[in-house]
Amino acid sequence: MPGKTISEKILSAKSGVDACAGDVVICHVDCALGTDGSTPMALDYFAAMGGERVDDARRMVFALDHYAPAPSRATAALHQRMREFAARQGIALWDVGEGIGHQLMVESGRALPGGLVVGADSHAVTYGALNCFGTGIGSSDLAAIFMSGEIWLRVPESIRVNLTGHLPAGVYPKDAALELARQLGADGATYQAIEFAGDGVATLDLEDRLVLSNLTVEMGAKAGLFPADSRTFDYLEGRARGPFEAATADRDASYCREIAIALDGLTPAVALPHQVDRVETVERAAGTPIQMVYLGTCTGGRARDFHQARDVLRAAGGVAPGVQLVVTPASREVLETLARDGTLADFIAMGAVIGTPGCGSCCGTCGAIPGDDVNVISTANRNFQGRMGNGSASIYLASPASCAAAAARGAIADPREIGR
Amino acid sequence: MTAFPFEGRARVFGDDINTDYIIASRRKRESLDPQVLRQYLFEEIDAGFARSVQPGDVIVAGSNFGCGSAMEVAVTAVLGGGIRAVLARGFSRTYYRNAVNNGLLPLVCDTRRIAEGDRLTVEAGLVRNLSTGEAMATEPLPAIMLDIIGAGGLVAYFRKYGRFRVGSA
Repeated sequence: MPGKTISEKILSAKSGVDACAGDVVICHVDCALGTDGSTPMALDYFAAMGGERVDDARRMVFALDHYAPAPSRATAALHQRMREFAARQGIALWDVGEGIGHQLMVESGRALPGGLVVGADSHAVTYGALNCFGTGIGSSDLAAIFMSGEIWLRVPESIRVNLTGHLPAGVYPKDAALELARQLGADGATYQAIEFAGDGVATLDLEDRLVLSNLTVEMGAKAGLFPADSRTFDYLEGRARGPFEAATADRDASYCREIAIALDGLTPAVALPHQVDRVETVERAAGTPIQMVYLGTCTGGRARDFHQARDVLRAAGGVAPGVQLVVTPASREVLETLARDGTLADFIAMGAVIGTPGCGSCCGTCGAIPGDDVNVISTANRNFQGRMGNGSASIYLASPASCAAAAARGAIADPREIGR
Repeated sequence: MTAFPFEGRARVFGDDINTDYIIASRRKRESLDPQVLRQYLFEEIDAGFARSVQPGDVIVAGSNFGCGSAMEVAVTAVLGGGIRAVLARGFSRTYYRNAVNNGLLPLVCDTRRIAEGDRLTVEAGLVRNLSTGEAMATEPLPAIMLDIIGAGGLVAYFRKYGRFRVGSA
């Protein structure tokens, strides 16, 4: 019998069945996240199912992040409904301003190695960076978890992505993730898990891995898993909410595809409107005028992302005239870090608009909305037409450093050429 | 619950139709009512769709239908438009789950020879194109999905069984 992938090991453990790729199993989830974008519908499904008490409130958590702060009376009412349900059931709730649910799942030590953590939001794949099988579900699936604590899952085949070497200066994990999107395409990993491996993994710290795992859903992946190592355990020191056991792929595990990415050979990349897999080098896209720059989201809203962007902007002498720079930390912890270390003051001095920690402008549900025919460059994960709330805007996706270079020049520019 | 097979009219889309194109994220801020949301179906990519959609229409798409956000309104708004099945060469996994859970039939088949307006009959396992005479097999659905669709969706399934049945997995 062949060995098992990380996905096969975790889903076997959580279902109590010796499962292989292709099997459908019923799993007990360790934790489920509901956001204000998905939970209100889940409450309707739960009521329609005849639900009264949730199965295990300790394994659930809500985040008010998509409408933060509520931009309308209707969304404020959704928040009130979630707060009341959470209080009645004893479910933990992160209120407006605490940050993006995915970031909080990671910071609060709920996404743990070897775990199965689902989120009623597609970017739950982010937890794979911690060797946790994180995957996105809908509102009805969340309601079923309220009812039973369980979910059915098809055990995915896995694509192994071998990372080798070390990212060069000026090149970031976002560039590596866009290269993977270019190679796989927007549906290249549909129904499958991506498993990162190779000596390049050890060169990436946890925040780097979160970027890569987060973007795997843009290739259709069900999960984007890293092995756990000392960097994982260091991050979880003092955060982990309970004991955990990491899942390791067997040497003779079976993969449906193997891809090699040499980190040394990468250059800054940008996804062109309106598809994440329309990837071009920053060098070739240079000169494209930019009027709005967005730094934030569950992809690019962590402290190090802002540090990288601030350093480029400082080296370049600030934000170009005519560019709106919007800064939205992924969480209160990130905001506090930036406030403490002076980064926030730097951005304010450069004229940035500072948003409430949360999903912000990413999907047009709150935050700044671009004007007609505006070109936006963003650290986010999606650039679909209309994504930020205006169908006539064009969205480019790049690393924090490349976004900062564009803010400094008023046009797409290579961050490696700033300050030289 | 829909009786299958049923006859309908093909409404054709291309590849990589993401959920924000089906229904923009911002629309769910004001209402989650499918009868409200149906007015905005495909507004970014096909401005006339919402006005022309008729009960029984069948969405016919290329690969990766429903990619992007896992928002379930992208399924309920489609059902609100009177659409009961989506045929595609492939689905994103979250759209596929949400469709099954709401009783919207997601069928994987080779859709390349179906044209806008073709008359189709649709059921799990088989699609007939009455306009061209072609019959197409669809990929089989796993037992648990057939169980959920057969029950009329996940709400009806849970009302009936109370939890997932191990035997159906």
